[in-house]
Amino acid sequence: MDPILIHLIKIVGVVGVLLFICAYIVLAERRICAFIQDRLGPNRVGIPLWIRKDGSAIQIGARWALGQPIIDALKAIFKEDFVPGHVNKFYFWLGPMLVMAPALMVWAAIPFGSTLCGVPMIIADVNVGILLVFALASLGVYGIVLGGWASNSKYPFLGGIRGSAQLISYELCLGLSVIPLFMQVGSLRLTEVVRWQTEHLWLVCYPWNWLPAIIYVASSFAETNRAPFDLPEAEQELAGGYNTEYSSMKFAMFFLAEYANMITASALMVVLFLGGWHLPFVPVSGGIAVGVAHICIFLAKVCALALVFIWVRWTVPRVRYDQLMGLGWKVFLPLALAGVLITGLAIVAGWSPS
Amino acid sequence: MKIERKPLTLWERLYLPAIISGMMLTFSHLFRKKVTLRYPEEKPEMPPGYRGQPVLVKDDEGRVKCVACQLCEFVCPPRAIRIKPMAYPENAKYKKVEKTPEEFEIDMIRCIFCGYCEEVCPERAIFLRGPYSVTGLSRKDMVFNKEKLLELGGTLPDPIKKWRKK
Repeated sequence: MDPILIHLIKIVGVVGVLLFICAYIVLAERRICAFIQDRLGPNRVGIPLWIRKDGSAIQIGARWALGQPIIDALKAIFKEDFVPGHVNKFYFWLGPMLVMAPALMVWAAIPFGSTLCGVPMIIADVNVGILLVFALASLGVYGIVLGGWASNSKYPFLGGIRGSAQLISYELCLGLSVIPLFMQVGSLRLTEVVRWQTEHLWLVCYPWNWLPAIIYVASSFAETNRAPFDLPEAEQELAGGYNTEYSSMKFAMFFLAEYANMITASALMVVLFLGGWHLPFVPVSGGIAVGVAHICIFLAKVCALALVFIWVRWTVPRVRYDQLMGLGWKVFLPLALAGVLITGLAIVAGWSPS
Repeated sequence: MKIERKPLTLWERLYLPAIISGMMLTFSHLFRKKVTLRYPEEKPEMPPGYRGQPVLVKDDEGRVKCVACQLCEFVCPPRAIRIKPMAYPENAKYKKVEKTPEEFEIDMIRCIFCGYCEEVCPERAIFLRGPYSVTGLSRKDMVFNKEKLLELGGTLPDPIKKWRKK
């Protein structure tokens, strides 16, 4: 088959699956937060199959609100798209696009499966994989900053400022915390990282990787603006944060981008620490069934981690701004450097297989 | 008062144990019984003495306890009550009661659930009771007549048989 066609199919498939998971992770978030707070959460809208003559609908999954993402999207689309008069129109429009696009683009370099019919299940297997991912992921902050700044109002502006400061600080810890992994694997290529983990143990199984793993998880919470580090959109302090002036689909873009970022962060976590598509007792290579199984394993791991993101959000209270900065610069940065050192020692001592 | 703030121990300053125990707590809440109801289908059970909407009651002989004295009509601050009194016919069982309401209407749009009618009633015939969700599609729907109020109120056995002894 034409390689361009194959690539197009992969791109459409990845974006489609990603947006689908995004939509349903929003539902999962609402449902889980309700359960944690001893509430029921959305439990009305199923997927409509047929409308009876009396106007009632036959629907499936109403108990689990499976139709909620659909009507949420419809609501966002048909709501009035109000643009306040005092905003900078061009950047106001650019903000939501800039925050959504990188979240999807990052998936170009993430291996989401082994091979299917001989086609590697990654869109672009670049040899600077992780650098590309981090470079694209950090572009997302421009959307937040632009959205906050173009709104031309003080709370969104403060949210944007907070967002940029936070993302710059934690980008550093994020980058430093993964260096030990590449010292062990010896390649920045993400497929190589997964292959290494299929041959040895998952990277999280080695004790000297635990510290980097914790720092990575905490930093990716900060990086995706999720609680306990959701300061750019602290409702109580900022009246909603950088997206206060946004409405309708533009707001939904910010909203979806947060979840897309969250899924991307958990996908990276899966690839880097949890063995990507690898699962013990599942053959590493094989026919179509094995290829599909690998994709399913990967997606299951990503969704499980995304649920942990949600779980943490509804457990841990938001940190104060100075605590956030103190944690990033005074705790995580030295610890990440220590992690590099410890892993170096482990490699020199010959404990790390490579 | 001086509150001593103990410095955190190393274990506490790690934060992770605290976060993990917090996460265990929220995890246990996932499976607990939910406190919310699926409202229109499941309705909360109101405690006795709950002050809902005004209703009329009958005594254990099935007589409408209201004697159409019109005190509630008089005391009602928003003038939601309208009573049309009627004399009992000559051969009626309760002739000695003399009066009974022919019509008894409460405009639930006007009613402010103040309970003055219950307080003023010498016959203990009107109560603010159970029903709390009063809805209707038109102004006419919201004017509750005698039949509807009696249906909502039902029978209230009263230990004092005032009219039996007279």
